[in-house]
Amino acid sequence: MSSKVIHALYDDDDVLLKAVKDVRAAHHHIEEVYTPFPVHGLDRAMGLAPTRMAITSFMFGITGLSFAIWFLNLIMIQEWPQNIGGKPSFSFAENMPAFVPIMFEMTVFFGAHLMVITFYMRSKIWPFRKAENPDPRTTDDKFLMEVAIDGNENDLTSLLEKTGAIEITVNEKH
Amino acid sequence: MGRIWNGFYTLPIPNQLGSLWVNFNSPLLWDVFAISTYLSVSLVFWWTGLLPDFAMIRDRATKPFQKKIYSLLSFGWSGKAKDWQRFEEVSLVLAGLATPLVLSVHTIVSFDFATSVVPGWHSTVYPPYFVAGAVFSGFAMVQTLLLIMRKVSNLEGYITRVHIENMNKVILVTGGIVTVAYLSEFFVGWYTGSSYEDFTYLSWGAATGPYWWAFWALITCNAIIPQFLWIKKIRTNYIWTFIIAIFINIGMWFERFDIIVINLSRGHLPSTWSQFSPTFVDIGIFLGTFGFFFVLFLLYARTFPVIAQAEVKSILKSSGDNYKRARDAGEPTPKVTPPVVVEKETEPVVEKDSDAKTSSLLESLGTFDINTQQPDDLKKVKGIGPVMEKTLNQIGIYSFDQVSKMTKNEYDLLDSITDSFPGRAQRDDWAGQANKLKS
Repeated sequence: MSSKVIHALYDDDDVLLKAVKDVRAAHHHIEEVYTPFPVHGLDRAMGLAPTRMAITSFMFGITGLSFAIWFLNLIMIQEWPQNIGGKPSFSFAENMPAFVPIMFEMTVFFGAHLMVITFYMRSKIWPFRKAENPDPRTTDDKFLMEVAIDGNENDLTSLLEKTGAIEITVNEKH
Repeated sequence: MGRIWNGFYTLPIPNQLGSLWVNFNSPLLWDVFAISTYLSVSLVFWWTGLLPDFAMIRDRATKPFQKKIYSLLSFGWSGKAKDWQRFEEVSLVLAGLATPLVLSVHTIVSFDFATSVVPGWHSTVYPPYFVAGAVFSGFAMVQTLLLIMRKVSNLEGYITRVHIENMNKVILVTGGIVTVAYLSEFFVGWYTGSSYEDFTYLSWGAATGPYWWAFWALITCNAIIPQFLWIKKIRTNYIWTFIIAIFINIGMWFERFDIIVINLSRGHLPSTWSQFSPTFVDIGIFLGTFGFFFVLFLLYARTFPVIAQAEVKSILKSSGDNYKRARDAGEPTPKVTPPVVVEKETEPVVEKDSDAKTSSLLESLGTFDINTQQPDDLKKVKGIGPVMEKTLNQIGIYSFDQVSKMTKNEYDLLDSITDSFPGRAQRDDWAGQANKLKS
C-alpha cells in the first residue's frame, strides 16, 4: 500500500454523503472523513460499525448499582450498624428503601462518567492532544474526505472531481 | 457548610474524628450524592458538547496564545466520522441520564424539608412541587439571560420569537403546577384545623401576620403575574417576557425565603418564635452569589461560544429559505455546481461623458496607481458593496485614503457619476469610516 492519500474538500453535507457512496461503490478505500458537524447517515454510508457507547454506559450503570449495594451493605449493615432515630439496622433488605436514592445516584454517576471516559479514550481525545484534521477549515464549514491512493491517482482524481469536490490535493500520509 | 474546610464531613471518608460517620438514611446525605452527581454529570455533558466548538475556535484563531488555549480546551477534537458517531450516542445517553437526574436532585432537595417535623416543611406535596418550581424558575432565569445575550451578541437570527414563546408556554405550565401546589398547601393547612398549620408559609396566618409582605410577594410574583402569559401578545413580546421573567426570579427567591423564614418563625415551641434579621454576613454572602455568578457568566460569554455552533450548523442549511424553496419546488437540493452569486444591486454604468467629472474627482482625492500600490478592501466601509466597490475602482478610487478625503462636494460628484443611491455616501459617512479604517 502506498503512503499517499488524496484529500477531497466539499462544501455541502449532502454532496459529501453522495460522494462517499460513489467512492465506496467504486471500491476505493476511504481512510477518514472530517466534518464540522455530525452528518446523519455518514457512518452508515462509510460502512462504520454501530457504536457501542450506550451498551458500555448500561454496563457501567450496572457496575455502579452493584458497587452502591455492596458498600451500603458493608458500611451501614455489616461494619457499623447504628440505631438512627429509633430505626435500627435490621438487614439490608429491610433497610434498603432508605438507600434507594444513593443507589440511583451511583448508577447514574458510574454510567455517565465512565461512558464519557471510555468515549475520550476510544476516540483518543484528552488534554494536550494534538488535533489531526488535515485542514483547519473542516471544523468550520468544509468537509474533507481522505482516500488512500493505491497507484490509481488519476482515476481517483477524476472520480472525485465528478462527485463535486471543490478542492482535490494529494498528500503524504502522516 | 459555612466551614468549607470541613466539607469532607459530608462524604463517607474514614477519618480520625471518632464517631463521625455519614448517615445514609438521611436526606441531607442523599442530597450530597444527588448534587455531586448532578453537577459533575452536567459539567461533563456541557464540556463534551463544547469540544467541537472549541476545535472550531482553535482552527480559526490567528494569535498563537489563543490557539494554544483552545487547543488545550478542545482535547484535540478533529471531527472524524467515528468520533462524531460516538459523540452523538454519548450525547443522547447523557441527555437520557440527565433528565431523571433533574427529577431526582430536586426531589431529594425537597426531602431535606419534607422529612422534618417543622410545620410547613413536613409536606408530601414537596417533591413534585419542587421539581415544577425548579423548571419554572430555571426557564425564567434562562429567559432573563437569553434575552440580554440575544441583543448584546446579535443572536436575533438564532434565538427567535418561536423559542421565546415556547419557553413561555413551559413557564406557564410549570407555573400552573406551582400555583396548584400553593393552593393545596393553603387548603390542607386550613383543613387540618391545627393551630400550628395556620402559620405555615401558605396560610391565612402568614398572609395577615408580620410576614404578610413576603407572603404576598410570593403569590403576586409566582402565581398571578405569570398568568399574563396566557395572552399571546404578551408571551411573544420580548420586553414583556423579560419583565415577567424578572418577577418570577424575585418570586422564586421569596419562595425559599418564605419556606425557611416564615416556617421557622413559628415552630412548635412558642419560646423559639422570633423574627429573622439578616446579619452583614448574610447580606454579604447574598451579594457575593451575584458577583460570583456574573463573573463566571461574563467570562463565559466573552471566551466560550454561547450557542452550540456544531448543532446549529447541522440544521443551518436545511432551515434556510433557499433550501426550503428548492425542496418544495422539487429541485434537487444538493446542488453539485457551486451556487451562482446573485447580486442585488444592478451594476451602474459609468458613462463616457462623465470623464470630466471623474478627473476632477480624482484631482481632489488623489490618484492611485494600481500597479505599485496595494488596493484596500473598500467593502469594509459600511454602505459599499461589491458592486459599488467595482464602480469606485472603475473611477480610480482604490484606497481608504482616497475615500477619507471625500467631502460634500465629492459625494455629489460621485452621485452624479454613478447615478445610484444619491446621498447614501454622505449618510453613511464613508469618509469618516475610511479614516478609521486607514489607521
